[in-house]
Amino acid sequence: MGAITVIVATPLLSAVILALVPDYRLAAKLNILFSAITLLAAFVQFGLEPSSGSLFVVDAFNIYLIALTAFVGLTTSVFSAGYIGHEVAIRRLDAGKLRFYHAMYQAFMFTMLLALSANNLGVMWVAVEGATLTTVLMVSLYRTAASIEAAWKYFILCGVGIALALFGTILMYLAAQPVMGPGMAAMTWTELMVHVAKVNPAILNLAFVFLLVGYGTKVGLAPLHAWLPDAHAEGPTPISAVLSGLLLNVALYAVLRFKMLLAANGAAIAPGPLMVAMGLASLLLAGLMLYRRRDIKRFFAYSSIEHMGIITFAFGMGGPLANFAGLLHMAMHSLTKSAIFYAVGHAVQVKGTQRMEKIAGLTVSHPVLGWGLLVGVVAIAGLPPFGIFMSEFLLVTSTFAREPLLAVPLAIGILVAFGALVLRVQQVCFGAPLGGAGGNAPIQGSLVPLFAHLALVLVAGLWLPGPLVAWFQTVAALLG
Amino acid sequence: MTDLGYDAAHMLGAVVLLMSFALLYQRRLFSLLHVFTMQALALAATAAWQAFSHDEPHLYITALLTLVLKAVVIPVALHRIILKMNIQRTIEPALGIGLTMVAGVSLVTLSILLVLPVTEDATALTRENLALSLSVVLLGLLMMISRRNAVSQVVGFMSIENGLILAAVGVAGMPLVVEMSIAFSVMVAFIIFGIFLFHIRERFDTLDMQKIESFRGESD
Repeated sequence: MGAITVIVATPLLSAVILALVPDYRLAAKLNILFSAITLLAAFVQFGLEPSSGSLFVVDAFNIYLIALTAFVGLTTSVFSAGYIGHEVAIRRLDAGKLRFYHAMYQAFMFTMLLALSANNLGVMWVAVEGATLTTVLMVSLYRTAASIEAAWKYFILCGVGIALALFGTILMYLAAQPVMGPGMAAMTWTELMVHVAKVNPAILNLAFVFLLVGYGTKVGLAPLHAWLPDAHAEGPTPISAVLSGLLLNVALYAVLRFKMLLAANGAAIAPGPLMVAMGLASLLLAGLMLYRRRDIKRFFAYSSIEHMGIITFAFGMGGPLANFAGLLHMAMHSLTKSAIFYAVGHAVQVKGTQRMEKIAGLTVSHPVLGWGLLVGVVAIAGLPPFGIFMSEFLLVTSTFAREPLLAVPLAIGILVAFGALVLRVQQVCFGAPLGGAGGNAPIQGSLVPLFAHLALVLVAGLWLPGPLVAWFQTVAALLG
Repeated sequence: MTDLGYDAAHMLGAVVLLMSFALLYQRRLFSLLHVFTMQALALAATAAWQAFSHDEPHLYITALLTLVLKAVVIPVALHRIILKMNIQRTIEPALGIGLTMVAGVSLVTLSILLVLPVTEDATALTRENLALSLSVVLLGLLMMISRRNAVSQVVGFMSIENGLILAAVGVAGMPLVVEMSIAFSVMVAFIIFGIFLFHIRERFDTLDMQKIESFRGESD
């Protein structure tokens, strides 16, 4: 239990420490250091046997998300250090706001890791609620009219989502309580998994609907996705990266935990069709919406909705192959999308605008950054040889084999989004660069996080190590 | 379990629901706050009654929190905010009152039809409490949809929260009720007092959400 305590406690302590550090340069460095400690502890935990206690549970499913979260947390903190330097230089942020920002960044990491590792439905709910709170505060950091509207919309929609999820959690306890007796056991994942077969399936069904809609709001599933593009576009870019890369995954993780309970119950409704429908709706809607975007961060936010749709579809289909594809896609999307947001963050800073037509010619003015963004978009569009190609290919082929009728809209959705990505990336990366208001300033900060992520996605696309495949298969079997 | 215990719990739950209906048609911000205070009082009484009749002392904490925060601190603070920003005049519901009432009654029917059939093996008190609390949650959602003003949206959000606490105290032996109600209160408190109302006021000179929503961030 040692390592998992360190994983969760480090960001909590760091949040307190960073709140006390007035110098933002020092705070940025400490932020990186603390994130590195968290990642180190996550790697140690990775090597240990699965374990569960009253507070934390570590199994094959969540340890991979914990490691992913800690990793993206570290790379984003590196990106953030360069990013905020520029924001201070152009006076969009000051030292007071940055002190708050760094404390909130670690508080957000704490809530994410707690939600992933908690062995208790209630604790997980509190953690997801805390994540909402910290991100609302960070989205409104710039205090512009648009950022406050985005944060307000985010709070209202996700607040309602969180409320519905709590109702679902209460129903889940109500269902389990006659079988397992009153008390903490009926809210503990590991205990529930043992006894859920005897639980009344009717209440489980009702609970799952509330939980799917509630946590689904945070996943960004249609028709409850309205907060997502605004929150991504108006906050600081490091926050967009962790929102897309981590928060959506964690919310989906919550849904999947409950899906495992329903699957283990046997008599409850199959949660698959509901998830397939919501996934397809998100995929198609976001694919079409991509064409009308002019703001680059909003554009990639819609792409995140599209990918969360694909992943939800995969888990809705279920079975070893589709689950495998879903798990792989979760990891690949998280790495690729945060890499894209790093590139976008740099691009927006050097060009001084978020409008895509004004960012034109990035490969000419900033070749390394431009090509990095291009590679990222190629990866996210699902082209070989990147990891997302593998997971999408696996999903589409396995769906064609089992449910050809569902595979058609899935393939159409992926192609529609692909078209939009190709169209826009040409505009942003090629052509003659415009001078513009911000001019063509040099890039501040390191491009290492961007290329580290892209390299990982490339390696995963070319060659997945045998043990990793075996281990993904184990988790896919767990998910039923 | 005596009949008195059941009747009292049932009645208090019904008062909470009744206040949700009353919230729907309040046109003035101050009367909205008064009704919300009454709902919080009824909820605190429900929690205290459950704590007493089921011998679950931790629910006294929930009752006390509800009483202090929702029936005193939050209404007083919102009152001051409204006065400070000089928006005490009227609020216009997006739906007419008659239509809102019809929608409200249908939502209550829906939640009864939804909850009662699936909870046949639970106790009568739990079942009815759950139906009542789901109704309160749905009515709160309706209120958030039908109102345009930021203050009344926050009140709608808090009435959803009241419904959730009603559900949580009604289920026997539910752990972590106190922790979850604290987490929710922290969220509400942060949003209300810390940031939003003041900044929305600063930036827009009005709390009318329709105006704020015209800032799309994308002009086309």
